[in-house]
Amino acid sequence: MMAVELYKLFARARTWISVVLICGLPLLVAVFVAVTHLAPPPGQGSAFLSAVLTDGKLYPAAALALVLPVFLPVSVAVVAGDSIAGEAANGTLRYLLVRPVSRTRLLVSKLLAITTFVLFAVVAVTVTSYLIGVFLLGPGAPAAVGAPGSPATGPGGIVSGGAPSAGVQAGSSVTSLSGAPLTLLELLERVAWAVGFITVSMLGVAAIALFLSTVADSALGAAIGALAVLVASEVLVTLNSASVIQPYLPTRYWLAWIDFFRQPIFWRDIQRGFAIQAVYVAVFLAAAWANLATKDVTA
Amino acid sequence: MITTRALTKRFGAVTAVSSVDIDVREGDRYGLLGPNGSGKTTLVRMLLGLVFATSGEIEVMGSRIPRHAGRVLREVGALVEGPAAYPNLSGRANLKLLDAAGPRGERRTRRRRIDNALEQVGLAGIDRRPVKAYSLGMRQRLGLAAALVRRPRLLVLDEPGNGLDPHGIRDTRQLLLDLNQSGVTIFLSSHLLAEVEQQCTRIGILDQGRLVLQERLDTLQAPTGRVLVESADAGRIAALLDGEVEHRDGTRLVVRYPDAAALNERLVREGMRVSSIAPQIRTLEEVVLQVTGAGNDQVGGPVRSPGSSPGPEPGAGTAGDPAVYGSRP
Repeated sequence: MMAVELYKLFARARTWISVVLICGLPLLVAVFVAVTHLAPPPGQGSAFLSAVLTDGKLYPAAALALVLPVFLPVSVAVVAGDSIAGEAANGTLRYLLVRPVSRTRLLVSKLLAITTFVLFAVVAVTVTSYLIGVFLLGPGAPAAVGAPGSPATGPGGIVSGGAPSAGVQAGSSVTSLSGAPLTLLELLERVAWAVGFITVSMLGVAAIALFLSTVADSALGAAIGALAVLVASEVLVTLNSASVIQPYLPTRYWLAWIDFFRQPIFWRDIQRGFAIQAVYVAVFLAAAWANLATKDVTA
Repeated sequence: MITTRALTKRFGAVTAVSSVDIDVREGDRYGLLGPNGSGKTTLVRMLLGLVFATSGEIEVMGSRIPRHAGRVLREVGALVEGPAAYPNLSGRANLKLLDAAGPRGERRTRRRRIDNALEQVGLAGIDRRPVKAYSLGMRQRLGLAAALVRRPRLLVLDEPGNGLDPHGIRDTRQLLLDLNQSGVTIFLSSHLLAEVEQQCTRIGILDQGRLVLQERLDTLQAPTGRVLVESADAGRIAALLDGEVEHRDGTRLVVRYPDAAALNERLVREGMRVSSIAPQIRTLEEVVLQVTGAGNDQVGGPVRSPGSSPGPEPGAGTAGDPAVYGSRP
């Protein structure tokens, strides 16, 4: 069943188009920044964008910050919102259920497929933006220490950074947000953490959309419903008078992954972010299961 | 094979199925007839565990539904309210996915089973075109193939003739007959009298959620004890058989007479020219109209009580075609 869901996910043009779009936005931004060498001053604009001019290897972090507010949640909400409501509208839900596939199993398979999609999208952004950063924005100023600056390091840089050779390590260090240098290995580790954190944040969105997908008749309704929740949350996060509920809003700790790029890592918000997303995932999955398991399938 | 006891389903204030006791036996070709909105589809959905009953019991192949649906449905093939498929995939890919999604879908035999099913429904030559390019009839055939891939013991088919052209209807009828002869029990629901009359051995008639009749078709269609005669000498025959002629319409006569052959012999002996003579058999249409009221899609018309005159009323929503009552919206 899991393989079936994955096949259906990746057989759809929509999946590939949305991933291409998600990877395309950072490319577009990188082209503009590389051509004009104009980046927002430190502390303003999208996170990390000011830093990437001096070091292209930080570009994955900047790219994640670019796609996180809209592109990623929209695509996740569309895929998750479609998962049950789309099958119902298509009529295939009833044929899956009489096949028979148990409703619980169907929901779990859908969730795993959505998780795969989120991870695939986030990793795709990270990998493509690393390549974009290194080729368009250059491997960074510290490269001047070692080799006479060629941007041809490419993904090989990761491997050489992994080897604890002193010279290479110095040549490929990246400046953290706190100013202290990060080795390439550390950078890689922290990007991996960020990918994990963002994936979990997106699973919170996915759980809300999946629940709405078991309630709504249309996939579009479920996706828009989930996005409405996010927009409302974004509004309340910036509202001082709503500070009572702010710690519990789904988007409150969305940007906490930036703390992975501090030296040392600032764990407080990250932990809270993981915790709040875990609660959202658990609550909405339970609601989705309870609703689907007892629902009359009349579509 | 299928037994329900006092099966009832309410959607809010609407009672879709009301205290239905159905009994489908192994080897039956059972036809569930009823006007649109009479609860056929809701009943079929309850049998398959898609819709949960408000009260009452369902047993399919000796096991309770929906509790044991996961086990029972492995041996059931179903077509519920029209076929459905992933439009971006080919017909074969759709069958493969559905087969891989559940139990009893051994990968080793999948290709052969799918090829067999496609051949059975007359789609052996389908190519890699996606289902969205299929005609309605092809989709219906594909839906039937999906129901056949795992050689079910019971086929539950909701309106199997929908979207099929006359060839498709004839092919499907022959296929269902062949399957039934090889031991598959068939339960089909339809609002098309001809579909049921031609393929079923037992029928149930649903009207406004109630099962108003359940009987063997040949019992319902037993001779009525009257003989239909067509003759150019209708007037003379009427005079000859004075007390026995029930009805005369031009050259046609309805004669109360126990044996058509004996009547024929007598008429010929009297020098009457008989162009056709046959025992009268109640048509299924008459049976149905007698036990059901107006279709639920008839709005504003008077509600007829069972047994009253069933003539179509001008301006009321029923379709004039006598073989179909109520057109699908």
